[in-house]
Amino acid sequence: MIHKLVWENVRHRPVRTFLSALLIAIPVTLVLTLVGLSEGMLSEARRRANGVGADIVIRPKGSSFASSLSSAPIPAALVDFVRKQPHVRLATGTIIHSISAPLTSAAGIQLEEFSAMSGGFRFVAGGPFRNPREILIDENYARERNAKVGAVLNLMNLDWRVAGIVEPGKLNRVFVDLEELQELTGNRGKVTQIYVKVDAPENVGAVIEALKSQLEDYPIYAMSDFISLFSVDSYPALKSFINVMIGIAVVIGFAVVCLSMYMAVLQRTREIGILKSLGASKAFILTLILREALLLSLVGAVIGVGLSFGAKWALETFVPASLSPAIVPGWWPRAALIAMTGATLGALYPGWRAASQDPIEALAYE
Amino acid sequence: MSSSHVIRIEKLRKVYRVGKVQVEALRGVDLLVERGEFVSIVGPSGSGKSTLFHIVGGLTPPTSGTVIVEDRDLARMSDAERTRLRKTRVAFVFQKFNLLPTLSAADNIAIARHLSGNRNGADPQFRDVLEMLGIANRLHHRPSELSGGEQQRVAIARAIVNHPAILLADEPTGNLDTTNSQLVLSVLRDLNQRLGQTILMITHNPEAAAFGHRTVHMRDGRIVA
Repeated sequence: MIHKLVWENVRHRPVRTFLSALLIAIPVTLVLTLVGLSEGMLSEARRRANGVGADIVIRPKGSSFASSLSSAPIPAALVDFVRKQPHVRLATGTIIHSISAPLTSAAGIQLEEFSAMSGGFRFVAGGPFRNPREILIDENYARERNAKVGAVLNLMNLDWRVAGIVEPGKLNRVFVDLEELQELTGNRGKVTQIYVKVDAPENVGAVIEALKSQLEDYPIYAMSDFISLFSVDSYPALKSFINVMIGIAVVIGFAVVCLSMYMAVLQRTREIGILKSLGASKAFILTLILREALLLSLVGAVIGVGLSFGAKWALETFVPASLSPAIVPGWWPRAALIAMTGATLGALYPGWRAASQDPIEALAYE
Repeated sequence: MSSSHVIRIEKLRKVYRVGKVQVEALRGVDLLVERGEFVSIVGPSGSGKSTLFHIVGGLTPPTSGTVIVEDRDLARMSDAERTRLRKTRVAFVFQKFNLLPTLSAADNIAIARHLSGNRNGADPQFRDVLEMLGIANRLHHRPSELSGGEQQRVAIARAIVNHPAILLADEPTGNLDTTNSQLVLSVLRDLNQRLGQTILMITHNPEAAAFGHRTVHMRDGRIVA
């Protein structure tokens, strides 16, 4: 019976129900979108790292896995050195440089070497760059910048002609000639990292050991290990940020439900008086208010999940190159729990007020 | 006290505090009501009729005096105990019907049954009571879809579904036209005569008061006749 009463209360005031649920949905969407962005960006990073086709990556001295690289401290001569090691089939150096936006960078590559290692670009339009001021961009970047082959894009305060548009999934979204980027960034003879391909998978371990013994202080990873490190757990700051957002979501849920249920209790003062005159205990009234808040939070969570699909669509449509959102169903129950926690906390005070109301005053309420 | 007395009230006083002012609503009320009796209580506004009802119904405690309902002294009861009393032993019918607007008539009755702890549904005889009240075919309607007379009859059905010892009707015809007033009063009299339901009814209307076995007059917080 109490379920029916809760359900009818919610159903009887559809506008209040919808607005409350929508406001609860917003922090749910916020959390799901943030987590989806984290997972999506990391997944995209894994995909692109995997797309290089390398077995080993050598990173600059003093860098950690989580370091964002935008400098070129490794001597390019080291690429030749690595190339000459036993079992090494290919080695190529790349340089990464931030452009236009903090989430977008250009990769300087030696096109032939990179193609040999990665299996080559799949061109959607155009072809390889042949001149220093030509670039390759992937489909997402082309869509975000609304660029076609032959278009001129201004990057790093210079004009670049789009020579080709490639399928995404290999190292980066924007590619320029390695030497050109070295010149422009004052890194002549330097690279950001070195990718290595060995002759057989079983030799990866031995090659890493050999390289580590000769290249002291350089972080050297098997590509499979390196890719597996792309997870939220590897970024303590990201985890903290997500936790802060969860805290904000709980606070918003608390405030919304507190206000909504407080208004509902005021609106239903007489009804609470009626229930009390029928013998409803304080616990019954409190339970009634809490269950209604929980129902609102559940509806809000469902709407929030729906809105997270909308947020994903919007990000993919308007900034497909900058952000790579994902849907993370594993977080749906957690997001619902966050909403329910906020709602329960928010309903406690209005519920207590309702439960403590004097039945005679409540019955006289107009 | 004779065992036939379902209510025994002695030297009942009730003092309200309104801001810094003390208002003495009841100033020593004595009243005996026998089981199965239909008592009308009349008096001008402010005479203490509703306060008397609220105390007998366990909605508020007395300031002093004795209020025995079914051998239990309400003056010694905690808030929770008075809440339990309202579940099954006393029931109210209000002037403004006070049905829950979101529930159907049937659910308004069911919620009272639920609150009393009865999860098994109404007893089969209750169907006859609904027929007697003339609302058996109106149970699936919400209060907003019922006439005033129908709403008050649903409120009466809700009040008696748990077989209370006492039915407290506070101006039950105050919001009804003459025809519906007669209908509701007849229903109350039938309940009293057929089921032996003890009824205390507040009214301003002498014709309505005449439906009871006797009439008690109140003025200035006292019973005067």
